[in-house]
Amino acid sequence: MTAGPDTGMPFNILVLTCVTYVALLFLVAFVAERRAGIGRARWLRSPAVYTLSLSVYCTAWTFYGAVGYAARSGLEFLTIYLGPTLVFIGWWWVLRKLVRIGRKQRVTSIADLISSRFGKSNLLGVIVTLMAVVAMTPYIALQLQSVTQSFGVFASGTPEGWALPNRDATAIWVAAGLALFSILFGTRKLDAKEQHHGVVTAIAVEAVVKLVALLAVGSFVVWGLADGPSDIFRRISQSTLADWQLQPDRWFGLMFVSAAAVISLPRMFHVMVVEGGDEAHLGRASWAFPAYLMLMSLFIIPIAVMGLERMPTGANPDMFVLTLPLHEGQGALAMLAFLGGFSSATSMVIVEAIALATMVSNHVVMPVWLRLRPDVAMTGDVRGVVLMARRVSIIAILALGYGYYRLSGGSAALASIGLIAFVGAAQVLPAMLGGIFWRGASRFGAALGLIVGLTVWAYTLFLPSFGNDGMIPAHVFAHGPFGIGWLRPQALFGVSGMDPLVHAIVWSMVLNASAFALGSIFSFPGPVERMQGAAFVNVFDEDQTGPQGWARGKAEPETLLMMAGRILGEEAALAFFEAEARRQGKAGFLPDATPEFVELLERRLAGSVGAATAHAMISQIVGRAAVTVEELMAVANETAQIMEYSARLEAQQDELTRTARQLREANEKLTQLSIQKDAFLSQISHELRTPMTSIRAFSEILTEGDLPPTMVAQYGRIIHDEAIRLTRLLDDLLDLSVLENGTVQLNLGLANVQTLLDKALAAAGSTRPERSFTILRDLPSENIFVRTDADRLLQVFINLISNARKYCDNPDPELKIAVRQRAGRVSVDFIDNGSGIPKESQAIIFEKFARLSDQSRAGGAGLGLAICREVMANLGGSVSYLPGQGGAAFRATLPLRLDRKVA
Amino acid sequence: MARRVPLFLKRRSYRRRRLRDAARLLPVFGGFFFLLPILWAPEQSPKPDTAPDGVYLFVVWFLLILAAAALAPGLDGGSDDDDSGT
Repeated sequence: MTAGPDTGMPFNILVLTCVTYVALLFLVAFVAERRAGIGRARWLRSPAVYTLSLSVYCTAWTFYGAVGYAARSGLEFLTIYLGPTLVFIGWWWVLRKLVRIGRKQRVTSIADLISSRFGKSNLLGVIVTLMAVVAMTPYIALQLQSVTQSFGVFASGTPEGWALPNRDATAIWVAAGLALFSILFGTRKLDAKEQHHGVVTAIAVEAVVKLVALLAVGSFVVWGLADGPSDIFRRISQSTLADWQLQPDRWFGLMFVSAAAVISLPRMFHVMVVEGGDEAHLGRASWAFPAYLMLMSLFIIPIAVMGLERMPTGANPDMFVLTLPLHEGQGALAMLAFLGGFSSATSMVIVEAIALATMVSNHVVMPVWLRLRPDVAMTGDVRGVVLMARRVSIIAILALGYGYYRLSGGSAALASIGLIAFVGAAQVLPAMLGGIFWRGASRFGAALGLIVGLTVWAYTLFLPSFGNDGMIPAHVFAHGPFGIGWLRPQALFGVSGMDPLVHAIVWSMVLNASAFALGSIFSFPGPVERMQGAAFVNVFDEDQTGPQGWARGKAEPETLLMMAGRILGEEAALAFFEAEARRQGKAGFLPDATPEFVELLERRLAGSVGAATAHAMISQIVGRAAVTVEELMAVANETAQIMEYSARLEAQQDELTRTARQLREANEKLTQLSIQKDAFLSQISHELRTPMTSIRAFSEILTEGDLPPTMVAQYGRIIHDEAIRLTRLLDDLLDLSVLENGTVQLNLGLANVQTLLDKALAAAGSTRPERSFTILRDLPSENIFVRTDADRLLQVFINLISNARKYCDNPDPELKIAVRQRAGRVSVDFIDNGSGIPKESQAIIFEKFARLSDQSRAGGAGLGLAICREVMANLGGSVSYLPGQGGAAFRATLPLRLDRKVA
Repeated sequence: MARRVPLFLKRRSYRRRRLRDAARLLPVFGGFFFLLPILWAPEQSPKPDTAPDGVYLFVVWFLLILAAAALAPGLDGGSDDDDSGT
């Protein structure tokens, strides 16, 4: 193909090195598998290995092709790396959610993700699988081609002339070796969450090899052939690449499509989500993987420039990475570059084959097989069947890739297949992003979008890639099918003059996304779909109390165990069932087949055979998924009710706290009242006993007779006085109780305050008549008529004046009476010039039997002020002590007009 | 369904939320800087552009990687509180 290397190494050594390298990879995989088997594989799960395994993004197409791409279009090749960089540094948007969903739902492939999200629909699984196989087969062929080509580069100069006649043989040997490796290390485990340590480790090693190879060639170019970076800059500016064509539509479109591809390519999804990255790994990869990509592309332009400068005209720039060192006589470096390219190709093919085989076995083979032999889930060895299906699928996929390579004959059409495959993979993007961010995305919409996207992609990009008159006749290109001009494959809807690739990206993505959105909006999702939708979109909500899809108690745990054993293997199934039984608090191996358990089991099985197949198998035993839309609603209502109920409970609790506080206060009051009552009773007894004692004593003396009449008269008078005192006391008590009960009869009428005061002063004059009081009054202000019970009010006035007469301790006693009228109320103050009432006693003087001084001096029962207070309350007013008046001061207030209602 | 989330957060949780905002913004800035060469229209300018444009893209790329590396450790293990609230 290229000018023969004069100092290249013998072809035999190349073959030997290559075989040694492959053997080394097998050994690495084998050792990793062994170490993982004995549980010493911690470093195998490190973020570094995870990041390196992501490098399957860089295939032989990017390893060799990037230089050719750069030689043709300058910096445009960078878009293929810049897009993924944006996705990874923005991992918090999409990747994190994808990885979390993948772990929670035990997703086995990108087809499984779509199928599981949209109601475990197998139809969607089949569509995505089909799409992936169609898009990826040429891509695999491209890898085979590049390996064969790179062999050819070495072989063309050898005397044997081995390369060209045996190109197909090279390809078939490579394909067979890759199939063997994939089968050996890629189908050991069934469960999605069991890592294929061997594969991942081998890929990590290959990632290092290709990076080192490219960096070595680049360093050789920059420091070996050129004089360091500044010299390279000078050479770039003098080369044909000095200026570059930036086509805005391609620049943006390619960046977009590579960003989409990095999450939706089956192999990328496989290493990123399925092979078990967790969020910590992803966080590290978020910068480490872009760094890897940056290093991979760092020397592309220098290599391209130096190749264009040094290689003979007509040399294939796609092979510069290899031919440039050979041309410069660096055989060992060329060998390293060859191994780098070989690594890029093989790691891509291995992972792609495993990912595709998982899809094919889970979404095509298993459903068909279960349909054909429904009883086999219980009796047959499902595990063996699935693994066999995967092995056969790997062989079939590689055979397809090889067949495609043979058919296309290593044409130039293959070179562009990388981007075409990217656009094909990107068709999954709307359904995927819609599925994880939009609850309303439905199965119908997803299927519609995928089919539309696949069709448009095939029609505008994939089929035309076979060349004019290849798959699509030339007249269709020129005039459209049946002469319909606006359906021309590369000028859809009359959009001509656009770059064909961007044209295909725009139309496939727009039509795909629109069909998806409209289909979702106008369809109604089934119950399983809605459950899965909620589980996917709200994957970060920890407390998911979603409805259970399975009816209670319809399944025999033993049957479930048998079936699980067929898929997971006897030991694993037993261990799983035992753990679940223990969690339910049961001994033994059989947990109750609660809906929760069946759901968990389904998810576990989904990790092996995919969500749709697992769902189908469980329904064979449990019966159709029991959940209906009505039940979903019921659960939602239940949740809402529970929340409302708890809110109500909270309100009730607040109320209870309040009530408890009120009760406590009431209790304290009652206790106090009880104490008061006791005190009152003992007071009463005391008050009643004193007069009774003297009455009894004197009446005893009288009954003995023989008493002079004067004595009889005197004793009789004493008895009479004491009886009056008793009566008065009882009257007061009766009065008080009547007043307190509020049952008192009021005789309302008009009364003049001045008249009442005159009467009260006259009446109170009998109290300690020996004292002469100075009474200070302001007669005009007293001339107020009030509507009230005059007798009761008079009683209060008398009491207050008597009190002053009794207790005022000033040698020149004075009593000031002030009457004021304000805002419909009248207040009457009685202020004497005595020493007043001490502050601490002011609060209790209105209590019953409250007497400050000793009894003899008072000569009353201590009910006076208590009665006053009650009377005033009954009259709609009050009586209170006025502090700070220079003596004892009381204020009685009452309304100007008392309505009966108030009383 | 209205879940009860605190309206205001403690200093550490607040910092972590803002860190997440920064992580979400990073690709937006990156996209802008990566698309900026479109506005330069390199094929229309008279002087050779490949080398300076390439240097520009690699510098932006490197800075983005540095920023992502600076943000990533703070974002790890932040799953103790959920995404709701601000």
